[in-house]
Order: sequence, then structure tokens, then C-alpha cells
Amino acid sequence: MRAKSAPSAASAASAASARTAAQFVALLVLGAVLLALGLAIGSLGWSPWTEAGDTMRLILWDIRAPRSLGAWLAGALLALAGAVAQGLFRNPLADPYLLGCSAGASLGVAALLFVMGISPAAALALRVGMTGAAFVGAIGAVLLTLVLARGVTQSLRLLLAGVVVGVVLGSGAALLTLMNPDILRAMQAFMLGSTGYVGWSAVQVMAVALGLCLLTALGCSRTLDALTLGEDTARSLGQRLTLIRLLLIATLSLATGAAVAQCGLIAFVGLVAPHLVRSWGPTTHGALLLLSALTGGALLLAADIAARWVIAPQELPVGIITALLGGSYLLWLMHRRKAHFGGAGGSQ
Amino acid sequence: MSAARFDDGSRPGAGGVPTSSGSSFATGDAGTSAAAADVASATVAMDAGVNGGTATAPDAVTLGHVPALRIELRALSLGHRQVLHPLSLAPAPRAWTAIVGPNGAGKSTLLRAIAGLLPFDGTLTLDGKPWQAWPAKARARQVAWLGQNEAASEDLTAYDIAMLGRLPHQPWLAPASAADHAAVEHAMRQTQSWDWRDRALGSLSGGERQRVLLARALAVHSGVLLMDEPLAHLDPPHQSDWARIVRGRVAAGGAVVSVLHELNVALQADTLVVMDGGRIVHQGPPHDPTTHDALQRVFHHRLLILQVQGRWVALNA
Repeated sequence: MRAKSAPSAASAASAASARTAAQFVALLVLGAVLLALGLAIGSLGWSPWTEAGDTMRLILWDIRAPRSLGAWLAGALLALAGAVAQGLFRNPLADPYLLGCSAGASLGVAALLFVMGISPAAALALRVGMTGAAFVGAIGAVLLTLVLARGVTQSLRLLLAGVVVGVVLGSGAALLTLMNPDILRAMQAFMLGSTGYVGWSAVQVMAVALGLCLLTALGCSRTLDALTLGEDTARSLGQRLTLIRLLLIATLSLATGAAVAQCGLIAFVGLVAPHLVRSWGPTTHGALLLLSALTGGALLLAADIAARWVIAPQELPVGIITALLGGSYLLWLMHRRKAHFGGAGGSQ
Repeated sequence: MSAARFDDGSRPGAGGVPTSSGSSFATGDAGTSAAAADVASATVAMDAGVNGGTATAPDAVTLGHVPALRIELRALSLGHRQVLHPLSLAPAPRAWTAIVGPNGAGKSTLLRAIAGLLPFDGTLTLDGKPWQAWPAKARARQVAWLGQNEAASEDLTAYDIAMLGRLPHQPWLAPASAADHAAVEHAMRQTQSWDWRDRALGSLSGGERQRVLLARALAVHSGVLLMDEPLAHLDPPHQSDWARIVRGRVAAGGAVVSVLHELNVALQADTLVVMDGGRIVHQGPPHDPTTHDALQRVFHHRLLILQVQGRWVALNA
């Protein structure tokens, strides 16, 4: 309030940061509430942890807790990857999926499983290895997309290249899967996206990855702001674009790789979360990255809870729910934007 | 050449720009003489007198050291096409240099080359030291750049955009200092964009947006200010405001270089650099007959260059 009464230069900045802080707290609270719900809802429907016996405690600790935390972390990672990609490529449609990054990660995982000939159960013990393979696959896919698109300047070419890379690498993963029936089941869950296999080791891997990615991304956030003015201007402001780009591509790939290795291909979270955050008002990349991660976490956890609950005791792969929700949201956004663009076009 | 002199003698005593102001220029090449500086400050005083009522903030900016920027270019190619041929240019401090010429003459390319944004065969030096030898941020504090049709995020507020001009002054991850906030406020008040500071850039009109982007470039407080088509989307009053801001910069000792399509604004500069076919065909003060000749040549003698109320104007003929 005091900031508003004094019309000083700092007031604009402080009003914005107060809004960001409020959103930050709200999203944290939302995440905590969803986490509590995630502990209370399982394959038996509503079964709160307050009536806990020994079995219940086991279920809570070994299954629901890591799974719920894991869903939140994976959502946060994917959303962060999406926000980074959209800022880095200055393209609101950039997302780990559309850049072929997710497909690359899945190919990495499939290749690892294929080479090692590992059963799903044994694969669980190899979370770190799978994350590594997914990371390599993801970064390879992004670089391939960039080479095919000849840089990031042409949005359309970038998206087309991303789609091509995604399809080709995706079929590569499918081919490897078909050639080795042992990994078929593991890969099937993987392709649909599922939080069902997430244990504590996966949670640890994702938590470390999220910490690293957040630190790097936030460290580069001002360069992303400068990049919105175009490459020339960002360079003229003394930003080291090549270094920052490499760092951010690595961040994007690590975030995607870590999430994909644990939860498989989960669509749209990376695309929708940053759009949601932007729809709440103008924001710098620093705030956008942080809030997108929190939003993505809440989104995927909510979707995961729904996946367990809708047809309990059966459960839906969470990837199907995010695809349905995300797809409808994007359609709505497209519709709204069209009206918006029509108005703007008329005035110009 | 069809330069004619219309001196109607009816210009108001206080407000007009003196007809004879140009005559104190040396008729040499680059208008680097001390006389240019005197004229510049005199003009600032005059303009401030005229616009005193509407000015919202004093134009004085402390620029610190103004570096000497110099380009010696042998060739610049984009793709397989050679866009610029051998040329050299050293924008003078305390002067406003306007680069003019027909479409495709290489004006914007030259400006990008001077800003160190395009690789070329030749040398670019800042204070005698090669461009590449400078740390990126130190360079950025001395040479600011405003691009043509600068893309901009719809999602940052006008204030955030202007604050980006302070990036070269901020240590990594450090929050904006009081000096940064003051510089941004001053720049935004100068371009009269302060009222929209909380609005997202995407919600502003073309002209409003351009004023925010101009504030961003001004907030750098650099000794050298390079602007490519800065008048895009600006209405005549704001074009005059822009010229006044440039005069303020020059009075503070800065070097301003702008690529301009608007010849009538360019003719208010201290030096005109006339380009055609990737070459600089002429450099000289705007009142000089040889400059008018050069303009006529590159625009195929389809100009009418006149003096109206002490100012040179170019009309399409």
C-alpha cells in the first residue's frame, strides 16, 4: 500500500513483485493442499491417512507419498522446460514435446533398456542411468531440431523441424521397443505417461534435477528478458548469448530428460503452465520460470489425483488426462487469441 | 539540383532556429568542429524555449566518458551478396549524425556493423581498442543500440522493458539499484511513456511501444547512441520530441547516429551521411549545397530541397 501512495520509480517494480510473491505463496499452498489430497486418494478411492494402520502407513509412505511428490516434481520440471524453451526460442508454442525433446528422451530410455535388456522391475533400480540416457537423447534431439531448422530465427521452420524430429525419434523408440518384447510393457506405460512407477529414488533424482535447472534458468532469466527485444538488442546489452543459449538448452534437456525418464511422455504441461502464468498478467522471465514450475507441479499432481480417482479402483495413465485437459485449454486459447488478433489486426 | 532558399523572415524571434546557424559549420567532411557543438547547444536552448511548456523532465543526462567509435570497412557480405563496399565512418562526439539514402542502400547494415552486430572484413574500434577486445558489458555501457521494428515480448511491462537498458550496469543477478530506477524513470518521462509503466508492452500502440523502446535505449546512458529508424510509428509532435531528446544527448557530449527515412528530420542533424549502393557517397552538414547535390543524386533528382523558416526541408518532386 505504501508503495502505491508514493509515485516513485520503485513503485512499479514493487507492485509487480508483490503480485509475484502473492502468486508464489498461493501456488505453494495449492501444491501442499494437492499433496495432502494425493496422500488421501488411492486405488481404494478416498482413504485419508488419519485412519492409518500399519498397512496404510506402508501404502502412504511407499506408494502415495513418492508418487504424489514425483508427480509434482515431474510437472514442475516439464513446465520449467516449457518456459525455458518458449523464452529461449522466443516462440510461445515451443515446448519439450514440439521441439522433439521428449521423443529424444524416450528414445534414449528405449535405447538404454534395449541395450541392457532390462525388465521393468530392474529398470526401477536404474533411475539415474535412465535419466542420463533421457538427457542425452533430449539434448541430441534439440540440437538435431536446431540444425534442421538452421537456427531459431524462423518459428515455423523450428516447429516443423521439431515435429519431424519428434516423429522420427519416436518411431525409433517404437522400433527398439518392438524388437525386444521384454521392454514392451515398460515402454508402453512410458509412452502413455504414468506416475505409477515413481518411487523415492525417482523423487530424489527429480528433486536434484529441478534444483539444478531452476538455479541455471533463474540465473539466465535476465538474458531471456533481453532476448524478447531480439538478438541484436540482447547482444548490444552485453549479454553473452552463445554461452547462455548452451546453458539453457542443457537446462531444457535435463529438465525434460529427468521428467521423461521417471514418468514417461506427459504432454501439454510444458506448454500450458507458462501460458497460464502469462494470462495472470505481465511478468519478467524470473517470475515466469518460477511460477511456471509451481503451476506445472500443481497441474500434474492434480491430473495424477484425477487419474487415480476417476475410474477407481482402475486408474488412467496420467498422460491421457493431461493431453485431454491441455488440448482443450489450447483450443480455447486459440479461439480466444483469434478474436484478440482480429481486433488488433483491425486497428493496425 | 533544385535547392531553393525560402527565407520569409517571418520566423518568431524566440522560437525559431537561426537561419544562419549552419554557416558556422566548417564545410569539411564530418562536421566534427567545435562550432558544431556550439550550434548544437544553442539549438537545445532554443528548442527547450519552444517546448518548455510541454517538457515533463529536464533533458540533462550525465553521460560520463564518450568513447570514440570508428569503423574501417573493406567489405560486408550477407549470404553471397556483398552489401557494403569499402567505407569508413567515425561518428563525432557532441554531434548528431544521420544516415540517409534510398531503400537498399545499406544504411541499416552499416549501423549494425558499427554496433558490432554483424561480422565484416575490416576493423571496428572503440577508443582505439578493437571491438572484440572489450568485455561485452563494458562495451554495452558505452554504445547503445535501438533496432528497427524491434521485436518485443507482449508479456513484459513497459517498465521492465526500459529497465533492460540498465542490464550493462547491473552485476549478475543483482537487483536494480536506486540509480537504475532513477535512470529508467528519467528516460521514460523523457519519452513520455512513464504513464504506461505498469502496462504490458503488448497492450500498447505502435507509437507508444516505440517510445518505450526508445526509453530503453536512453536508459543505458551510453556515450554513443545508435538508432535504426527510431521515428517508426511516431506522430509529428513525438518526432519533434525525439529530435529534442537527441539534441539533449548531443549537448551532454554524446554521439548520436540514426538511420532515418524521414529526410526532414535528418536535415536537422549536424552531419548527413548519404549512402547509395553500399557506399558512403557523401558526408556533410545539411545546409551545404554539396550535401543537397548528393541527396539529389541518390534520390534520382526527385527531391525539392527548400529552406522554410530557417530549416531545410526535402519534399518529393
